[in-house]
Amino acid sequence: MSNIIREHLLELFSKDFRLDGRKFDQYRDIKVEYGISSRSAEGSARVKIGNTEVLAGVKLELGEPYSDNPDEGTIMVNVELLPLSNPEFESGPPGIEAVELSRVVDRAIREGKALNFKKLCITPKEQMWIVLIDIYPVNDAGNLFDAAALAALAALKDAKFPKIEDGKISYRESTGQKLPLEKLPLSCTVYKIGNYFLVDPVSEEELIVDARLTVGVLEDGTLCSLQKGGDFGLNPEEVDQMVDVAVKKTKELRKVL
Amino acid sequence: MSKLLVQEKEIVVPGQDLAEGMDYLPGEDVIRDKDKLVSTKLGIVGLSGRLVRIVPLNGPYVPKRGDLVIGKIVGVGIGGWRVNIGWPFEANLSVKDATSDFIEKGSDLSKYFNYGDYIIVEIVNVASSKIIDLSMKGPGLRKLGSGRLITIPATKVPRVIGKQGSMISLVKDYTGCKISVGQNGIIWLKGDEPKKELLAIKAINKIENESHISGLTDRMKEFLEREKNGL
Repeated sequence: MSNIIREHLLELFSKDFRLDGRKFDQYRDIKVEYGISSRSAEGSARVKIGNTEVLAGVKLELGEPYSDNPDEGTIMVNVELLPLSNPEFESGPPGIEAVELSRVVDRAIREGKALNFKKLCITPKEQMWIVLIDIYPVNDAGNLFDAAALAALAALKDAKFPKIEDGKISYRESTGQKLPLEKLPLSCTVYKIGNYFLVDPVSEEELIVDARLTVGVLEDGTLCSLQKGGDFGLNPEEVDQMVDVAVKKTKELRKVL
Repeated sequence: MSKLLVQEKEIVVPGQDLAEGMDYLPGEDVIRDKDKLVSTKLGIVGLSGRLVRIVPLNGPYVPKRGDLVIGKIVGVGIGGWRVNIGWPFEANLSVKDATSDFIEKGSDLSKYFNYGDYIIVEIVNVASSKIIDLSMKGPGLRKLGSGRLITIPATKVPRVIGKQGSMISLVKDYTGCKISVGQNGIIWLKGDEPKKELLAIKAINKIENESHISGLTDRMKEFLEREKNGL
């Protein structure tokens, strides 16, 4: 990343100003749409944070429970970084960014115990529901982490079980029964640039980030996941500060769901 | 008998016949197919005498000799630099075209321009799509300092600059920002106040979006006057 933009941004930050005029802890406008593709997916959602746009779909499949958890269902999160969303993304097998993004989304939902896995099991040791969450960024204008987590949760909220006929899923018919969504873990990613903490960066800001911390938070403020990224380290005080910001901001994010 | 099939400022699509007969000549983005002139781009027809040309509505930047462009250093070699100018192939800037300083053989060129630096350069030669030579000898050609970069489609650059630079001076006058526009659609700008920078960007985006509607200069003047009072 270029030094001239970094220099300029730090100069702006010192005047208490973001690249697009926002405050450090201010998100862009967030819009959530549910059921954008109800014919092809059991649940779907579109999330827009400013110009960043992410689609998420939930598909349900039947499978045999894993032998270590014979009475539980499971989830799988997949992120494909489409080349159309950012010129830096290439088609082909998922790169490190896509893998990290999908795992961060997966971790918040799994460890936040968002879905009751026991209720996803139909017959122990024989049949369970596999919840596939597919996330596609349509436009990457920064902060895919929070947008993807929000989209995944919105799609889960929208999803309904299809009917099972003779041991097979009849995708055309919905039972109208919602998934056993018991908790709503949301992620907020706090970025550190120089000595400044900020949320929801635009692409230019994202390129010069020193460190970032994605924090998964439940409704009552309990933390359920953490992911640190970026080249620089964080000391314990900084982590504390970042977590505080994340807890505060996820409360706001919850209102758009 | 030659006949023109379109009117000036009409929007045409690729493959559309523009004129019949040999009296009309193909200009930019127009080709001759037997006795017809055919458009190759989506754009607006421009007529100047017998010449029929198209001003494309959108499209990538195609390097031309004499263009001033903003490029990013992506490679430092022993005899010069590789520069990304928004074209699929990197352009060359050799040491002798970059500076008139004496540089000893084998010295580290990254002292002058390093990876990620932005420079404003002139294209001096386009030998083929892969061989583009740049020069930094000329007024205003330099390494850019701290500032922000925005990108617009290269086809909109003439409107952003305006006739003899009238449009860009208008924006500079009202916002007090330093602005450099490259023909490749990369714009560097820096203002003394962040709010003025945002206004300049807003103005440039407005020019970009409304470039095909006539009376733009007057509307821009009005817009900048109104917005400036709000600051």
